[in-house]
Amino acid sequence: MAETVIEVRNLDLGYGDLPVMRNLNFSVRKGEVFVVMGTSGCGKSTLLKSLIGLKEPQRGDVLYCGKNFWLASETELEKIIRSFGVLYQGGALWSSLTLGENVALPLQLYSDLSEEQIKELVALKLSLVRLSGYADFYPGELSGGMRKRGGLARALALDPEIVFFDEPSSGLDPLSAKMLDDLILELRDILGVTVVVVTHELASIFAIGDNAILLDAESKTMIAQGPPKDLLASSRDGRVIKFLTRGVK
Amino acid sequence: MPAEKLAFDFSVSGTLCLNLSGEWVIPAGMPSLKEVSRQFSIRTDIKRIIFTIATDFKWDSAFIAFLISLASECQHRKIDLSIDGLPQLAQKLFAITAKLRQPLIVRPALQEKFLERVGERTLQVRAGAVSVLSFLGEIAFAFMKMFSGKAYFRWEDFILITRRCGVDALGLVSLISILVGMILAFIGAIQLRIFGAQIYIADIVGIAMVRVMGAVMTAVLISGRTGASFAAELGIMQTNEEIDALKTFGINPVEFLVLPRVLALVIMMPLLTIYADLMGILGGFIISIGMLGLNPVEYWNHTQAAIKLNTIWIGLIHGFVFGIIVAICGCLRGMNCERSAEGVGIATTSAVVSAITNIVIATAIITYVCQVIGV
Repeated sequence: MAETVIEVRNLDLGYGDLPVMRNLNFSVRKGEVFVVMGTSGCGKSTLLKSLIGLKEPQRGDVLYCGKNFWLASETELEKIIRSFGVLYQGGALWSSLTLGENVALPLQLYSDLSEEQIKELVALKLSLVRLSGYADFYPGELSGGMRKRGGLARALALDPEIVFFDEPSSGLDPLSAKMLDDLILELRDILGVTVVVVTHELASIFAIGDNAILLDAESKTMIAQGPPKDLLASSRDGRVIKFLTRGVK
Repeated sequence: MPAEKLAFDFSVSGTLCLNLSGEWVIPAGMPSLKEVSRQFSIRTDIKRIIFTIATDFKWDSAFIAFLISLASECQHRKIDLSIDGLPQLAQKLFAITAKLRQPLIVRPALQEKFLERVGERTLQVRAGAVSVLSFLGEIAFAFMKMFSGKAYFRWEDFILITRRCGVDALGLVSLISILVGMILAFIGAIQLRIFGAQIYIADIVGIAMVRVMGAVMTAVLISGRTGASFAAELGIMQTNEEIDALKTFGINPVEFLVLPRVLALVIMMPLLTIYADLMGILGGFIISIGMLGLNPVEYWNHTQAAIKLNTIWIGLIHGFVFGIIVAICGCLRGMNCERSAEGVGIATTSAVVSAITNIVIATAIITYVCQVIGV
């Protein structure tokens, strides 16, 4: 069995007195595509924020390769942060920089590579996300799908071990969504990255998910865990079946 | 540069074998391609490049980028590059990225000739003037509709904006006005002490604050505080397509968004001006009594005598005009904002700069008109 890269233990999330999720326990294994599923507003994005260090949990632990993220020393924390990349919902490219500059910035900050080497690396990352040739374009000149892929190129800039995707298919046409799904699988296969996807898009969930958890807004906890296809085939929980069949069953 | 990661072996005739070891990863840095290129210059008989890797060889995408640069150099020099000795995954990634690579797409040229720039700028100025005039027309029309009760005007928004640009600004206006009053008193004291006429500090502070300084200082503060916030709010609404959404529901955005802001500021600016005047007089009073030893009753009597009703009216007119200027500059820039983060920044800056410029111009005009009509 592959090693565990992320482990979440007894995690409680909330805003002040308002609980969002309670008692989350799951682990993500190296090289898998792990999907966090759930209806809109159930707390998926809050969980993601907690995993990437933007929101402190009210209780519990998030461990990266055994290191507790929220209790890590400054050096450990920097190492953990460098080990993952994040693709935000809208790509979140910095609008005042060109696409090439967006991808180059992390490399300039965190490596000793020469400008020539960085330029070559930027071209490589852009070609991986099928944006080769667009390095001189500003985000405002790109379509929504291209901006997302540009955001992915930036997330991959430092060759992270884990890449988080926040609703990668949202706002994309079916072909662009499929292209992004294929890209996720390709990156997993070629670069060996571990992928954590937060989404409610069923087509994507079944296409790319090796393992998944389902968050439930009513009970404020996770109600299912396992490969999405297995959950659909064998779950006896009505809420799980309802979600995975769009309420048809 | 970690050159030990790269060793050259020429044992096979016409073949350069690159012996790779160590970490060829982003954090560890990479040998320069120039080191290989130098070998091409020294050994002109190289026809083929092959690789051998040590057991401690580690790679990531930085190595693939190096490989792509090397492949390009080899193609240029007509040298065969054989990557069979590399790890399978590296070969696969190299093949994929080499296949996907495309030449840089050239963006449309931004450089224009001088005359084109002049023409473009002239057209922009004309378009800008038309846009300002049409915006003013829209506001005037919206006001007429409001007075006839036909405008889509939300009083809840108006009250909220009035509070934000009025009551919430009192602290800042108090601080600045008191300090301006103090500064005027100090400056006056330096000259008037020579003639033993310190009591006229009351006249200087009173007239200066009430006639123009109270209004100007308040307007500058409000343009930075409220005008900028109007531009940013409306700019972000433009970016989020909220203004488009209003239009598609048949709601005039000028009536819905601009009218309450202009009305709120037009009402609040004269009131803030009066408040700033009083605070300025208080500042002068504090300095005159506390530090210069003037008689408080005498100071108050002099202030009352110096400030005529006309002076108060002129101050209020300043406040009213400045209210219109700040509100219109903020709303105009916000409504015409480009749909990007940079656009919102430009709109905000432009709102403040154009408001302050227009405040100074309006002050000059009002002062000149007052001079001409003798008030």
